[in-house]
Amino acid sequence: MSKHGDFGIGKSAVQIEAQEKVSGAAQYIADLYRPNMLFGAVLQSPHAHARILNYDVSSALSMPGVRAIVTGDDLQEHWRIGAFIKDEHALAKGKVRYVGEAVAAVAAESEAKARAAAAAIEVRYEELPAVLSPETALASDAAVIHEKASEYIKVFDTGTSGNLCSRTSFREGNVDQGWRDSDLIFEARYETQPQAHVSLEPCGALAEMDANGRVSLWSANQSVFRVQANVCESLGMPMARLRCLTPRIGAGFGNKMEPHVQPIAVLLAMKAKRPVKLILSREQDFEMVRARHPFQIRFKTGVKRDGTLVAREVEVLVDGGAFADDSPGVLGYALLMSCGPYRIRHAYCHGRLAYTNKMRFGAFRGFGVPQVTFAGETQIDEIADALGLDPIEFRLKNLKREGDSWLGGQPIDSNGLAECLDRVRKASGWTGKRRLPNGENSRRALGVSCSAHISGLLSTGAIIRLLEDGTVLLNTGSVDIGQGSNTVLSQICAEALRIPLDRVSIASPDTDGSPYNWGTTASRVTYMTGTSVLRAAAEVEQKIKDHAAEILECAPADLELIPGGLVAVKGISHRNISFAAVSGRAHWAAGGPIIGSHSWVFDQKTIDPKRASVIGLPFPQIGGFVFNAIVADVEIDESTGKCRVNRAWSACDVGRAINPQMVEGQIEGAFVQGLGFALFEELVWNGAQIANPSLMDYKIPTFVEAPSELHAIIVESKDPRGPYGAKSVGEIGINGVAAAITNAVNTALDVRLRRLPLTPQRVLTVILERELTAEAARAQ
Amino acid sequence: MNQRSVVTLTINGAVVEARAAASQTLLTVIRDQLLLTSAKRGCNQGACGACTVLADGRAVRSCLSLALDCDDKRIDTIEGLGEDPTMQTLQRAFISGGAFQCGFCTPGMLLAAFALLTNNPRPSEADVRYALSGNLCRCTGYKKIVEAVLGAARALPRQVTP
Repeated sequence: MSKHGDFGIGKSAVQIEAQEKVSGAAQYIADLYRPNMLFGAVLQSPHAHARILNYDVSSALSMPGVRAIVTGDDLQEHWRIGAFIKDEHALAKGKVRYVGEAVAAVAAESEAKARAAAAAIEVRYEELPAVLSPETALASDAAVIHEKASEYIKVFDTGTSGNLCSRTSFREGNVDQGWRDSDLIFEARYETQPQAHVSLEPCGALAEMDANGRVSLWSANQSVFRVQANVCESLGMPMARLRCLTPRIGAGFGNKMEPHVQPIAVLLAMKAKRPVKLILSREQDFEMVRARHPFQIRFKTGVKRDGTLVAREVEVLVDGGAFADDSPGVLGYALLMSCGPYRIRHAYCHGRLAYTNKMRFGAFRGFGVPQVTFAGETQIDEIADALGLDPIEFRLKNLKREGDSWLGGQPIDSNGLAECLDRVRKASGWTGKRRLPNGENSRRALGVSCSAHISGLLSTGAIIRLLEDGTVLLNTGSVDIGQGSNTVLSQICAEALRIPLDRVSIASPDTDGSPYNWGTTASRVTYMTGTSVLRAAAEVEQKIKDHAAEILECAPADLELIPGGLVAVKGISHRNISFAAVSGRAHWAAGGPIIGSHSWVFDQKTIDPKRASVIGLPFPQIGGFVFNAIVADVEIDESTGKCRVNRAWSACDVGRAINPQMVEGQIEGAFVQGLGFALFEELVWNGAQIANPSLMDYKIPTFVEAPSELHAIIVESKDPRGPYGAKSVGEIGINGVAAAITNAVNTALDVRLRRLPLTPQRVLTVILERELTAEAARAQ
Repeated sequence: MNQRSVVTLTINGAVVEARAAASQTLLTVIRDQLLLTSAKRGCNQGACGACTVLADGRAVRSCLSLALDCDDKRIDTIEGLGEDPTMQTLQRAFISGGAFQCGFCTPGMLLAAFALLTNNPRPSEADVRYALSGNLCRCTGYKKIVEAVLGAARALPRQVTP
């Protein structure tokens, strides 16, 4: 009997798409061309908040090569979309609500002609007062951004009122009792900034209508099924009339999960009756898609003198931008994760989400957790320092363990966080002394953080077909956004059927032929789709055995799969028959082609009503917890305030690494994206307008800023329900990066920084303030 | 302004004539007219490196190069370098080292690395980081790319210094 790992899992199989990606053959959305294809362009709003009085498209329409123009007049009022609150049209209708919002679009014979025509569309606006921060939005005299919010369809009790988009709160234990039981109470305010996703591929879509009026749509996406649902809802189309497909995806970090320009491309293609490709410029991608939410956070934590955490209150105020998009989910999930991976008996976590006249904020790797982890984990360090405890020991003392419940009451099935902490402590040479020797003009220290994430959410399926020659076609509908899920799911399939990986092919997601998959988001594909693959494979295995039992004249239970696509009598491996022979019989003689399928929805309850009370949106069914510990070695130049991460160790408990090299790739990539969030990435608004919507002005980490020593450490605390024990890795690695880096800076400089990013200017300011204070003290 | 002129390019070894307006970039010509799509439009501003091609052997940003300026130049995209031993070594190192995820930056990254190894066959880690610092990747955290380029350099036959 062979062990797991003999066929697919636990091995660093190379990405299935490797050859096409290194040869330049991989086709992303902008690389697709169709016969007779037109090019699209979008006109954006110049105003943050204005009523649309009328459009004049006549001169634009008469320009050479222009074939179709669409505006909000092509949409019906009730064609609104939104994952939680249906508040958004495919194009601005009636009003514009942020600078950069799509107002109209053109299809023309070239991209240049389409852009020129879009600029020639005349729109008359009546400007309205703009609301540019959550505080002003929630003031009683603020201009209302969505006057008809009370009529919008909502999927939960949002509490919407005025510009309050939604609110959520969790209560567990009795926080007032918690304060009384605490010896010391720490309270502070924190602030995080908007971060842009900057997937290297800008968003785009290509739509084509056939002679029967059915539309095919390719796009940069994280879920062909969400694209289908959103486009149909936004254009009043039956879902059966729209087929969504996917090219290769130039990465998605949440930006491509909910729709961007797909509905506009479809509208143009239907109006022009020709294929239309619409690709955003980088500037438009910054201005029109979505970004990470800025959070204002208040953390209050009570602790006993022996270092036992007792109580916590978390309050957040979130800028949601002009449309709800995923924001209510981000708020709820951030609160669910805001007590961190610690035993805290009394908790009250609550927050509000405001509409403002800015681009919508939405899903971004971490989904609100990097923001609350920045606050929570820097406060944990502050408490440890005040109590004179080692920050790692303090964390270990308070960690949730296997058998404990998460905030809300959900059981934690596996928890390798203590091992993660131990591994980064040992690898980094962490001792009680976190300050490292200063440089000539620099200070240097280590910082630590812990965080958690989930793996299971919503629904998914898989279909496995045994082809006539005994090879296998796997079809899951999960879009590989570059992280390698096609490879990982194929590895799981190969392992389950005990065949070499090259006998499995994976179908490209297609709403016509693939089983439903909610999306490549929420770190869910390995855990959710992997489980479906395993169970669909089990069905295939059973059918193979049923056929083989008749051929070999024995009971199905007496058979086993043996390596190489064979089924044999247990213990008598030469009494075997090939998958090809079995499949041939099934196709041509008896039983019918062998197909295994499985679908499921994650149904473990988030909230145990006996433990916690909730208002608003906790994700009702979410779980499969993963964990991370980070140590970062940060050096601060005292004359410039510039911070540099020299070395970092990031240990993730992923359950089981199906493909260790890809797991490392996720941990390393997440660390560097988190480094950008910690140190310099920030979308800045100049009044109502984004001031830095370009890669010249919005810097992401390059080869130079990334640490030269970056150690991804895999911890495997197997999950009893995940496929081969696997959980997730897509997001966990980013959650604690800013906190670990900030803790290092705080230690090195003996300060408490509470606002991201740690730009040279901000860091230099605290260095100078500290020097002035010290000088004043000497002078006295 | 929109008048088009004929430009002669030697692209991946083949001499082709294309028509380009004065304002048109090399990137739009090779993508939209020649349908060579390995060079990507990531920013159209020279900031991301995804559109990198070789012009007379030097790595250049095709989004910043005017097509008419490339008249009679030798342009190589990754589609044309599949048989080159140095490129093959780099490609193998990228594949085995997991040096890409989404792959959108990969053609540009490989061409920048190819230009580096052509000029400096034994780069240090710092050399690699500096030479590739104009090519952005949002997926990998860069570590595996650096390792792959250094690995490819080690795997290449040592050139005899004349």
